[in-house]
Amino acid sequence: MLSRVAQNIYWMARYVERAEDTARLINVNSNLLLDLPRNTTFGWLPLIFIVGAEDLFFEKDPKRLADENNVVKFLISDRDHPSSILSSLAAARENLRTTRDAVPQEAWEQINGLYIYARDHLPTRRGRYEFLRQVIRNTQQISGLLDGAMSRTAAYEFVHMGRYLERADMTTRILDVRSANLLPRSGQPAGSPQEPADQSQSQSQSAPSDRTEQDPFENIQWMSVLKSLTAYQMYRQQVRSRVGGPDVLKFLLQNDSFPRGISFCLKQLDCSLRTLPRSDAALATSAALQQQLNTAAVPDLAREGMHEFIDQLQIGLGQLHASIAKTYFEH
Amino acid sequence: MTIDWKQYASPGCYDELLDDRSQPRAASRTLCEYLASLSDGDLRERKTAAELAIMVMGITFTVYTEGGSIDRAWPFDIVPRIIPKHEWDRTDAGLKQRVQALNLFIDDLYHDQKILKDGVFPAEVLAQSVNFRPQCIGVSPQHGIWAHICGSDLVRDKDGTIYVLEDNLRVPSGVSYMLENRVVTKRVFPELFEYQRIQPVDDYTLRLYDMLVSLSPRPGDAATVVVLTPGIYNSAYFEHSYLAQQMGVELVEGSDLEVGDDDCVYMRTIEGLERVDVIYRRIDDLFLDPEAFRPDSSLGVKGLMRAWRAGKVALANAPGAGVADDKVVYAFVPEIIKYYLDQDPLIPNVPSYLCMRDKDREYVLANLDKLVVKPANESGGYGMLVGPHATPTERKRFAELIQKDPRNYIAQPTLSLSTSPTLCEGQMEPRHVDLRPFILSGPSTYVTTGGLTRVALRKGSLVVNSSQGGGSKDTWIVDTEGF
Repeated sequence: MLSRVAQNIYWMARYVERAEDTARLINVNSNLLLDLPRNTTFGWLPLIFIVGAEDLFFEKDPKRLADENNVVKFLISDRDHPSSILSSLAAARENLRTTRDAVPQEAWEQINGLYIYARDHLPTRRGRYEFLRQVIRNTQQISGLLDGAMSRTAAYEFVHMGRYLERADMTTRILDVRSANLLPRSGQPAGSPQEPADQSQSQSQSAPSDRTEQDPFENIQWMSVLKSLTAYQMYRQQVRSRVGGPDVLKFLLQNDSFPRGISFCLKQLDCSLRTLPRSDAALATSAALQQQLNTAAVPDLAREGMHEFIDQLQIGLGQLHASIAKTYFEH
Repeated sequence: MTIDWKQYASPGCYDELLDDRSQPRAASRTLCEYLASLSDGDLRERKTAAELAIMVMGITFTVYTEGGSIDRAWPFDIVPRIIPKHEWDRTDAGLKQRVQALNLFIDDLYHDQKILKDGVFPAEVLAQSVNFRPQCIGVSPQHGIWAHICGSDLVRDKDGTIYVLEDNLRVPSGVSYMLENRVVTKRVFPELFEYQRIQPVDDYTLRLYDMLVSLSPRPGDAATVVVLTPGIYNSAYFEHSYLAQQMGVELVEGSDLEVGDDDCVYMRTIEGLERVDVIYRRIDDLFLDPEAFRPDSSLGVKGLMRAWRAGKVALANAPGAGVADDKVVYAFVPEIIKYYLDQDPLIPNVPSYLCMRDKDREYVLANLDKLVVKPANESGGYGMLVGPHATPTERKRFAELIQKDPRNYIAQPTLSLSTSPTLCEGQMEPRHVDLRPFILSGPSTYVTTGGLTRVALRKGSLVVNSSQGGGSKDTWIVDTEGF
């Protein structure tokens, strides 16, 4: 298989996954805000941090308002933002356009159709939920088509790796930003960002174990983390405890049966690499990363060092990508 | 209202399916009777089915416009064009003869140039050829073949004579449409294939693959063959990817290949570098290798000519083959056949006036309103003057062009291109057609059964190129004997 073709379909899969994940993120945030008190200014800014685009967002205007309208537009339709849904779909399409033969014809038609849909149906506030649902449904259809119609040859493995690397990356971003706001940091109390001034906060400081009961808002924020990853139902079935920070983190980091969790994603990457030639270097990177993940004491990290830990994971994912690129795309 | 062939009148041309009393010719009787038995609704339904098949199969070609390039569905007419087998056998032999002579000619030009020394082919024509590549002098490609894949355009005049209009020896395209047209026709008219002997066309890609493998510099080992494309923006990209897919080989771009210190060509794969033996290149000579030709080419592969000259890789067609793909050279093909094979051409050339000859030029300038003027090295119907259809201003401009650069122009009488019934807005109407068969030359020579029939869809138009409003038809070679 040609390196160029492998590279194109790997990125195609990453961009399709990115579009889906971004759509989920926006939808869940919209829902979450409806449940939070009206005067909270916690709002849309964290999404900009999650996608790591704060520089770009404020580039033109440092005082740009991170309100719903601006942030959502930036995430859905901003062509100058390379990871907006529209840009991601355009990039997926462009990557596939030059290597159409590598995937089933229907997948190309779907991606092409989804891009055209997104381009022509940019949503109003009211139509947004439906629009995002369409994006999610269609990207899943694409993934389903690829899974159901591609022989398990190298081409498929590159689709697979692109998808799971992107997904792991997005999950770490969500965990990083959300936990930064929800977990205590450097001895400071946790709480809703920029809006710590309600009674439950001071109580939670003295009685952290009761926090979930004392602060329904924090509770629903952890729920929203799960929901943005469609993990709520699976979490409830498997964890059977109330929704709390350390448990949610443990589930999303270390549970190897949930398909949007990091551990699961890394396992999938590992499986793909094992079927490919010359994968020793990438497999070593992958093994180190899994080791790091599986041996982590999540409850301790939840008290201190989560941000640093997730930073390490992200560096590891970056190394894994670099190793794949170096072995297969750039020689 | 169903089709009444008596109402069909070809405007003073030879018609491929009907004789001059509007009676179906022997080979097309079954088709014509069948079409006449269909209601308008049936016919419309078949046409829609064909359009749908083309869309679903994704048969497209790319058109350049100022606003960028667009993929368009391939324009296709459902009524096949029919050639009786006994007639085709003669054409087949004539094409083989022609391509054999052309290959000997090219090989001679890059070696001893005997034909020049013997005064049969003028040295000044060669001296001014833009497609002669000094970089190829002395190279001896496998089997002595330079033009492995040739597409020759045939036309039929009023009296039924078939002529060769031009030979395409560089990167002829269209064969994928020939193959896909047959697939579409089988879907639309399956019943017609049951009752007559229509010769199959589908083994072309196998023949192509076998021919390419035979060029490998490492005979005995499994040869790695690739198709080299300039990329998705090329008008024939559909064909490049189609052929690669059908042959089961990689479709590569220049950036996928590199030439090593050992002068071998390698492609970059996920397994590492893999040696390439044969390249079916669909890139023009000048873009092949920035080291040997245009240094600004980003489509080619640096060092490719070095590898080819060293015999480490085969290129099809060989660089420099286009020297015989020149409309001035064309005029000499009858002499070329005579010189190398000592035979008379089985298929005649269209009589051609060479503007480089004083007498011919005088005649051409005096008769521009009757002639078709063609530049020596353009393809796709670009840069032509169709005298009878041109305005006085256009004719005047061409007169100036000819005087400025006589070597670059030839002129031919305007032929009454034959017509074939074509479904135009529910009516069967005569439209002009030509035919492009493809000839493969390797250890043996193979001619496609029939070829690509191109049709000028606009009423009265003689221009069949898809870039300029042409469409195509399936072409049937029908065996009427003993059936």
